[in-house]
Amino acid sequence: MCATCGCDQPGGVTITKVGDQVFKPITPSAILHQHPAPAVQETKRIELERDILGKNNRSAKHNRFHFEEAGITALNLVSSPGSGKTTLLEATLKTIKHQQHCYVIEGDQQTTHDADRIAATGCEVVQINTGKGCHLDAEMIHRALHQLNPQPHALVFIENVGNLVCPAMFDLGEKARVAIISVTEGDDKPLKYPDMFESSQLCIINKIDLLPYVNFSVARAKAFAHQVNPKIEFIELSATSGQGMDEWLAWLNNLVNASHQMQTVNAFTHEV
Amino acid sequence: MHELSLVLNIIDIAEEEVKKAHAHRVDAIDLEVGSLAGVEIDALKFSWDAAVKDTVLEKAERTIDQVQAVARCSNCGCEYLVHEPFEPCPACNEVLVEYLKGKELRVKSLVVS
Repeated sequence: MCATCGCDQPGGVTITKVGDQVFKPITPSAILHQHPAPAVQETKRIELERDILGKNNRSAKHNRFHFEEAGITALNLVSSPGSGKTTLLEATLKTIKHQQHCYVIEGDQQTTHDADRIAATGCEVVQINTGKGCHLDAEMIHRALHQLNPQPHALVFIENVGNLVCPAMFDLGEKARVAIISVTEGDDKPLKYPDMFESSQLCIINKIDLLPYVNFSVARAKAFAHQVNPKIEFIELSATSGQGMDEWLAWLNNLVNASHQMQTVNAFTHEV
Repeated sequence: MHELSLVLNIIDIAEEEVKKAHAHRVDAIDLEVGSLAGVEIDALKFSWDAAVKDTVLEKAERTIDQVQAVARCSNCGCEYLVHEPFEPCPACNEVLVEYLKGKELRVKSLVVS
């Protein structure tokens, strides 16, 4: 494993815009490691106090700046695998694509299956395959955005790798983080994976059409999530039956309007 | 296993500092990890051994200072040590707290030669 370029043998990160013929691998080219030897040899103590996630946080800040400047609303959708993120996105895009420019960045370890499903809705989509990685980071989003080139005032959905642990640590520059749990999971997920629920603004409880058949208490799930994040909001819905989708679409609409307002205020501040 | 990504970030920082100091390698590195930083220390150590091979950190003596989380209650102002994540205030049972310590994730210092 190269520490200078971070490459990890074959199977590194690739970013593919669905519809493009050419794969554009991100795997760095510095495979041959000829790091130059420094000249002087003496012992020196360096006091640093440097944030280990500083590089990611700087990239996230950069992404956020560009989103805010263009009035773009970016959402980071996080969940465990199988909670229905892609189905929720499909249902959302089909409903709003004629009123709102939408783009999707899909994160998975392998395959373009999810991106293909999104592309079938007519929405522009980029697939990031993380290879051995377990989460998306801000630099990957930056590169994906260069391929997507979203219009001002657009809505950008980032579907993170299905994992309730690692993505919690990595700010992508999003306006809001949305944690999705489904009623086929345990209702104690928020307590088992508190970091993710602590850092999310909204918790979607998906697949509520299956509630009669499973042992999931919505009240318990909400109480647990409130325990780790007293400010978190909830929307109960079923992406398949459409129940609760209106509330989700209204929430999205409010967020999009807030991004537009912020852009206007920022533009005014810069002029002054 | 985001700990591997963290180690790669630490290696980047170390490479940068070694270059700046015109040194060859890192002899010692001191890390600071808060108990609420979301880092599994064993996973960090496991990733470390694989990741630092053939880097400036390969021979570095590594110290990890674990920082116990401290919270301040937003209701009564009481400050207390947090043993469990999201532990409510022991004085008034409020859960709205501000963390004063425990989220640290830093390279504190390096010794290079």
